[in-house]
Amino acid sequence: MTAIRISNLTKDFGARRAVDDLTLSIADGELFALLGPNGAGKTVTIKMLCCLLAPTSGDAVLLGDSIRTDPAAVKQKINLSPQETAVAPKLSVAENLELIARIYGCPKGEARSRTAELLEQLHLTDRATEKARSLSGGLQRRLSLGMALITRPRIVFLDEPTLGLDVRARRDLWRVLESIKGSTTVVLTTHYLEEAEALADRIGIMHTGRLRALGTAEELKQLTGTAAFEEAFLALTESGEQP
Amino acid sequence: MRALVFAGRNGKELLRDPLSPLLMIGLPLVLLFLLSAINDNVPNEAFAIGLFGPGIAVLSLSFITIFTGTLLAGDRRSSFLTRLRASPLTAADSIAGYTLPMTLIAVAQSAICLIAAFFVGLPVTANVLVALLVLVPVGVLFVGFGLLLGAVFTVEQVGGVGSILINAATLLSGTWFPLSLIGGTFETIANLLPFVHAVEATRLAVAGDFGAVVPHLLWCLGYALPVFAGAIALFRRQSQA
Repeated sequence: MTAIRISNLTKDFGARRAVDDLTLSIADGELFALLGPNGAGKTVTIKMLCCLLAPTSGDAVLLGDSIRTDPAAVKQKINLSPQETAVAPKLSVAENLELIARIYGCPKGEARSRTAELLEQLHLTDRATEKARSLSGGLQRRLSLGMALITRPRIVFLDEPTLGLDVRARRDLWRVLESIKGSTTVVLTTHYLEEAEALADRIGIMHTGRLRALGTAEELKQLTGTAAFEEAFLALTESGEQP
Repeated sequence: MRALVFAGRNGKELLRDPLSPLLMIGLPLVLLFLLSAINDNVPNEAFAIGLFGPGIAVLSLSFITIFTGTLLAGDRRSSFLTRLRASPLTAADSIAGYTLPMTLIAVAQSAICLIAAFFVGLPVTANVLVALLVLVPVGVLFVGFGLLLGAVFTVEQVGGVGSILINAATLLSGTWFPLSLIGGTFETIANLLPFVHAVEATRLAVAGDFGAVVPHLLWCLGYALPVFAGAIALFRRQSQA
């Protein structure tokens, strides 16, 4: 079953085309990594899929609902961890998680039990009552990710979720992502190539707003005739036409 | 329901800021008792409690503009608002979520100011309850100013622009001196703005002249409605950018 069907999605900012005629399908339960250099159009794509930016043309259908005609239905099924840390600074860690769960319609009791469960999973139980602003940058990012997962979304968009995390925290996060793989469709953007290689079922590489290549890490290496994924990425994001 | 959940968060954010009780309640109370002491030593009609008490109550509400604006601008900067905009929370839910707790806090502020005024000679009558009701739309007006500032300016800018608004609300409201003392263009401009009408409406309510309250209150509502419409329009535009 297809979770996300993107058809000719385009976004212009004045004369600049940020996303150019993107067409792509992502399967239900797939962990899909969207890679590309800065300014490739990854974040703009995610913002359109989350109904935060209106496309200039084209459409995307998420689990049967169009981002153009039924954004309210789309928003009920998805969640997002934005690129920048997005927490309520004077609420405690647990209060942040409960707040998001309840905004998505979760009853109070269930929000509490989900929070306890997720705090355990994210190794944040001992920090549950601390204000979010008192956490380190890495822990705030972990909380921010938790806020995207607390609603048990059918599709979750993670925009550079491991940015600024130390190696151990990143590996902890990988474990969380692996645990939801199959049951939740994950769209992940990252600059850490090894992260995409280790976690993603498929990888899409964007450059200057266009999808340059699509496939598994192995397929992309074969496509470019390279031995390492980093070399494949560099080959695919060179200026000019794709190989 | 979603708006109420969000309102709960915003109330906590405001009440957990150590500066908020200090500025919104502490400073007005200090001014109230200070002016009362001045009036005791150097009796002056302008410092009669029935005149400056309502003025201080309105002044205390003006601080809510800065706190509302700072909260909204902070949410915009931290991407917290991006998270909310990707959620089922609608623009109307968000505006209600910011407005509701701020308005409740404004009512509490007004009540504290008026109760404190009892201790410095404000007569304890049912008129004060009417004055409290009059202060509700005034509080909503200042929350609206805060939403507008928070939607347009950065956290740092909200502080500066909000201070200008507080000073305008103070100097142009006739709280400290009768506007007729300066007269001319100053008085004309002050009468065109809502601040003097907010103070006059509250003073008249305290005095029991309820019929005269209405035109002043309408003047305040005449500002509150476009201010809120502007804030909502900006919020929606940013949500659907």
